[in-house]
Amino acid sequence: MSSWEQGSPEDGPHKTENIIYKLRLFVTGASPNSLRAITNTKAFCETYLKNKYDLEIIDVYQQPLIAQNEQLIALPMLVKKFPLPERRLIGDMSDTNKVFKGLGLENIG
Amino acid sequence: MLNQTYETGPKKPGALQKTPTGIVGLDDITGGGLPKGRPTLICGEAGSGKTLFSLEFIVRGATEFNEPGVFMAFEEKAEELATNVASLGFDLEQLKAGKKLRVDYVHIDRSEIEETGEYDLDGLFIRLGYAIDSIGAKRVVLDTIENLFSGLSNQSLLRTELRRLFHWLKEKGVTAIITGEKGEGSLTRQGLEEYVSDCVILLDHRVINQISTRRLRIIKYRGSVHGTNEYPFLIDEEGISVLPVTSLKLNNNVSTERIPSGIVQLDDMMGGKGFFRGSSILVSGTAGTGKTSIAATFANATCQCGEKCIYFAFEESPNQIMRNMLSIGMDVQKHVDDGLLTFYASRPTLNGLEMHLVAIHKQIKKHKPQAVILDPITNLITVGSVSEVKSMLIRLIDFLQEEQITVMFTALTLNNIVNEQTDEGVSSLVDAWLKVSDIEFNGERNRGLYIMKSRGMKHSNQVREFVITNNGLELIDVYLGPDGVLTGSAREAQQMHEETGKVIYNHGLSRKDREIERKRKALEAKIATLQSEFESVEEELNKVYVEEELVKEVAEKTRLEMTKLRGGNDTDNMNDKKSS
Repeated sequence: MSSWEQGSPEDGPHKTENIIYKLRLFVTGASPNSLRAITNTKAFCETYLKNKYDLEIIDVYQQPLIAQNEQLIALPMLVKKFPLPERRLIGDMSDTNKVFKGLGLENIG
Repeated sequence: MLNQTYETGPKKPGALQKTPTGIVGLDDITGGGLPKGRPTLICGEAGSGKTLFSLEFIVRGATEFNEPGVFMAFEEKAEELATNVASLGFDLEQLKAGKKLRVDYVHIDRSEIEETGEYDLDGLFIRLGYAIDSIGAKRVVLDTIENLFSGLSNQSLLRTELRRLFHWLKEKGVTAIITGEKGEGSLTRQGLEEYVSDCVILLDHRVINQISTRRLRIIKYRGSVHGTNEYPFLIDEEGISVLPVTSLKLNNNVSTERIPSGIVQLDDMMGGKGFFRGSSILVSGTAGTGKTSIAATFANATCQCGEKCIYFAFEESPNQIMRNMLSIGMDVQKHVDDGLLTFYASRPTLNGLEMHLVAIHKQIKKHKPQAVILDPITNLITVGSVSEVKSMLIRLIDFLQEEQITVMFTALTLNNIVNEQTDEGVSSLVDAWLKVSDIEFNGERNRGLYIMKSRGMKHSNQVREFVITNNGLELIDVYLGPDGVLTGSAREAQQMHEETGKVIYNHGLSRKDREIERKRKALEAKIATLQSEFESVEEELNKVYVEEELVKEVAEKTRLEMTKLRGGNDTDNMNDKKSS
């Protein structure tokens, strides 16, 4: 949460050490998919993005309006808000390779 | 097609409940609308009107039946949608503000999405559920949910989720429309019909002879009677209209009231009263036989009775007709000014037949006339086949009879098979058929008018000569003589010939009279002569007799004198007297 502004977009994913990944995970209550997604995402972030991420978990049931604003269809969904470009990952995040690809992390894989 | 009836009476208990769509005509053929609380699939090719159809369902529900609706758009953004239907008079913004409508644009782009494992469509459920609950929606449209298949790759998962979605919609009790693009060999590309099995409507847009016609067919409707034909429909500035606007039953009211045709002698041919009100009349004839004049005369007569008339002209402009009618002493302009007569002129090729039919319907609904004229129907052949024109006219006549409107069609006949067919095709529909034909004889052409048929009334079976004069139309009895039917100058010549004959005959008659008189006089003179002759003979005879008498007397006297003189006495005299 400290200061993700430090990393300028020009630096891109090359200077990953300065970037704080701003992630949002949309889930639906305590459904099996959601629970798996939360576990997998947390594990992924702890493993590959330790101290470089800001993960917000949102239960869409609690905030149905957000579903329209965020164009949610398939859940669970992980949205990478920063760094740009914005990417969307759906599913329970069990396919780690795809999560890497989705977050644009091939370089540090 | 004609004997198809739809159940419109009170619903049987337990029967399928229906949600009226508010789309003109559709509720007639579905017997009340779409199945209530169930999803309906509307499929068709691109541009067949699926989105508009489903949007009209939502808008009509919100405005006419007080049933709020949710429109979930997968293709167009809410603003685009609002702009697209603004031309139809649907104000989506106002409906949204009044909490009658919710438009939710669902954007899904495969390139932005990475699939990393198991997922479901709960997001869609939540959005939809929220939208439905927030306005208490009774109607839902998903246009078109097939876009999900291009956005997400896990097909089997999608299918499971769709099945769940439709179950969920049924549980929610909303009447839903799902649209789907027509696929190769199947109703929809993704086989949506597999999930939506209660009601399936197919929209179609065909172009035949460069004229487009939209058609609609109810492929299936579980638990309900429905029309199974392809029904033409159109999209105009007031939305969708499915035809027939009227249900096709043959139980119209009939009138025994008679209305004048405008030609006195023609009325005489039909028992002196004219056409039945609400009947259909066909005037057919070759080019230039005065069909338009007959039609305009009828329009004129209708207006003179203070009734309204609409003249649908497919050949001439209103001004042209008015000018032409002025030349036969008929001022139709004043009826137009009085608002009794309305002209509606359009080229047949302007629209498809169905569009014409709806245009006619609209004009009739707007002006509520007592009589309608279509001049000429044969021009409609240019935009449709004979059977199409016939089916259109059946529906038009049906509608007009229901409204008790008298209709007069004119039809051009050529020595051409297609048009002969039209004549016959239409002639079986109409109640009265006037035929104007050319009678070519003696180097000139004249017009003859027959009543080919006139249902339900006594009518003359004779041909009349039809004459267009400066003062309007007249029918004249043709001359039927040993040489056949004579018309025009031949008739006049024959009449003159007869006139002359009469004079000569009369002349001859008086000469004979005089002859007799003279003979009589001569005889009388002869009789007088004979009389006088007789008198003279008689006198002669009398004279002889008297003379003889006198002689006898004198002789007697003389004898007595003689006796006396010879010395006789009175005694002798006495004896003589006794003896004599």
